[in-house]
Amino acid sequence: MTAAKTIPESDAADAPFAFNEASLAEARRILAKYPEGRERSAVLPLLDLAQRQHGWISRGVVEAVAELAKTPPIRVWEVVTFYTMYNQGRIGRHHVQICTNVSCWLRGADEIVRAAREVFGVEFGQTTDDGTATVSEVECLGACVNAPMVQIDDDYHEDLDYESAKALFHAIRQGHAVQAGSWAKRQCSAPAGERSTLTADPTTPEGGKWIAADSPAAGASAGGAK
Amino acid sequence: MLLSDKDRIFTNLYGVHDWTLKGALARGDWDGTKAILAQGHDWIIDQVKASGLRGRGGAGFSTGLKWSFMPKTVGERPHYLVVNADEGEPGTCKDRDMMRNDPHKLLEGCLIAGFAMRAHVAYIYIRGEFYREAERLEAAIAQAEEAGLLGDNACGTGWPFRVYVHRGAGAYICGEETALIQSLEGKKGQPRLKPPFPAGVGLYGCPTTVNNVESIAVVPTILRRGSSWFAGIGRENNSGTKVFCISGHVNKPCNVEEAMSVPLRTLIEQHAGGVRGGWDNLLAIIPGGASVPLLPKHICDDVLMDFDALKEVKSGLGTAAVMVMDKSTDVVKAITRLSKFYQHESCGQCTPCREGCGWMARVMERLVTGEAEIEEIDILEEVTRQVEGHTICALGDAAAWPIQGLIRHFRPELERRIKARKGANGDAAPASAAAE
Repeated sequence: MTAAKTIPESDAADAPFAFNEASLAEARRILAKYPEGRERSAVLPLLDLAQRQHGWISRGVVEAVAELAKTPPIRVWEVVTFYTMYNQGRIGRHHVQICTNVSCWLRGADEIVRAAREVFGVEFGQTTDDGTATVSEVECLGACVNAPMVQIDDDYHEDLDYESAKALFHAIRQGHAVQAGSWAKRQCSAPAGERSTLTADPTTPEGGKWIAADSPAAGASAGGAK
Repeated sequence: MLLSDKDRIFTNLYGVHDWTLKGALARGDWDGTKAILAQGHDWIIDQVKASGLRGRGGAGFSTGLKWSFMPKTVGERPHYLVVNADEGEPGTCKDRDMMRNDPHKLLEGCLIAGFAMRAHVAYIYIRGEFYREAERLEAAIAQAEEAGLLGDNACGTGWPFRVYVHRGAGAYICGEETALIQSLEGKKGQPRLKPPFPAGVGLYGCPTTVNNVESIAVVPTILRRGSSWFAGIGRENNSGTKVFCISGHVNKPCNVEEAMSVPLRTLIEQHAGGVRGGWDNLLAIIPGGASVPLLPKHICDDVLMDFDALKEVKSGLGTAAVMVMDKSTDVVKAITRLSKFYQHESCGQCTPCREGCGWMARVMERLVTGEAEIEEIDILEEVTRQVEGHTICALGDAAAWPIQGLIRHFRPELERRIKARKGANGDAAPASAAAE
């Protein structure tokens, strides 16, 4: 079940929490997306916002979110336990999430897991002694043609192998900045090397910019809306 | 036969060019949108029906027909368009590229589709892990509002239209449309019983249509180039272009937009550099994301990549995520990994799925090492039939199909492992009970 959490629950589950000013401003922006009386819709994004401030979801977080979303705390709590991205315990400064699903596994996710074990010295769900990183196993993250990949905090690191993963993990461990994206220097999901498609200029008809003569859009002013 | 750049829709799929409004306008997005909307709600729906566009999220239902189920007049309850950007089907990574590199195609599509179904609000439900992509969408929305393309008077039509980004929080099941609606309402993502269908009772109990990112993003281009253009690509009933995700054991994994009905082998050899070690080194392919049965090489040799052709060989186009496995692959282990995925992602609501996914995954784990009895293959097959079709949503089916495909095509391999293990043990030690 989805409720199977990768991060163990923390003992200090009742740590107090209050949204700071910056978070409150963002919370108002989030709440404005939903109709009046539908504040509960903001539960997921508000939990994420609180976790960004607090690091994890304590009982205090649940209560603060419940108040803003005008929802009973138990309704917020059942959301926390259902979705994998909410940490019910403290985690390290960085969250290293390794995809081991089929596309990544076929291209060597096991080697990425090995590199993580060697560099961080912990198993899935555990945090390094120095609190630098928590390592988790995750399901498909949707970057399958750039496999194998890991997500560290908000960023994807793609086209890894044992060596580059080790370099990446060492950098994280030592607190160095890392560049997100393809470690094989690929352009997004384009094939390595010469492209087989999208070689024509996209601002020309040959490159896909054209309108059929009988389309209502034909002859309309460019941009249509201005 | 192969698509030329002239007929591609996602001309910035790889992010080579400027993703912002300026770049999008230069590539022809937002061109004549007002004139398209001026044709009216029903004209748009008819054109999309005529184009033959079938939903790109996996089920392949006619997009125009789905829109036509929305009420023709707006009563007390407002109408909503919800875009399913909860891309999480293993092997699938197309919506991500459309959103980060061509966000304005999706936004223009939201306006046109939303207008067609008489909605004033669209929510894009994007998986929580796509944080950077959500940032990009928010930025693109701000650009479009600034330019008057979205907002109180979208494209100068007098039609107010807003698009909001809603981030999920890590649950594959939220890709199912009613679970997605539940999640958008701030609840656990547990699918609802249908009927009532979302077009009658959806988000906040209001008429709602949920469409995949690709289904919405292709609409503006279809209306500019004409429904007959789109319908003329691919085989009948399978029309249009499609973004394929080719992953696994190919020389150059990639996303690529190609014509529907392209032969699988051509797709891989033309765009993904061929199978690692050559076509003869191919073992099997999962042609449409984790939920569809795998195909052994002899079927891959000449199968076409479209809804009907893949259905004929008892698989499916799904999300068109092509996962390639060469002969070095432990195919039982691969399918077992998928079984564990479904076990993890079952929402726990229906007993056959909640219990069955775990049971199937545990038996699959033993089949990897051969620690089983031959009869258990048949028991496993029987259990997949007990799960399939007996749950509220299709996750149970999705968990059953890959196993059925494995048994259908690789039964000798399963038996070989069981016999090899027995031989090694020197006796017929009874396997432990399947599961409790």
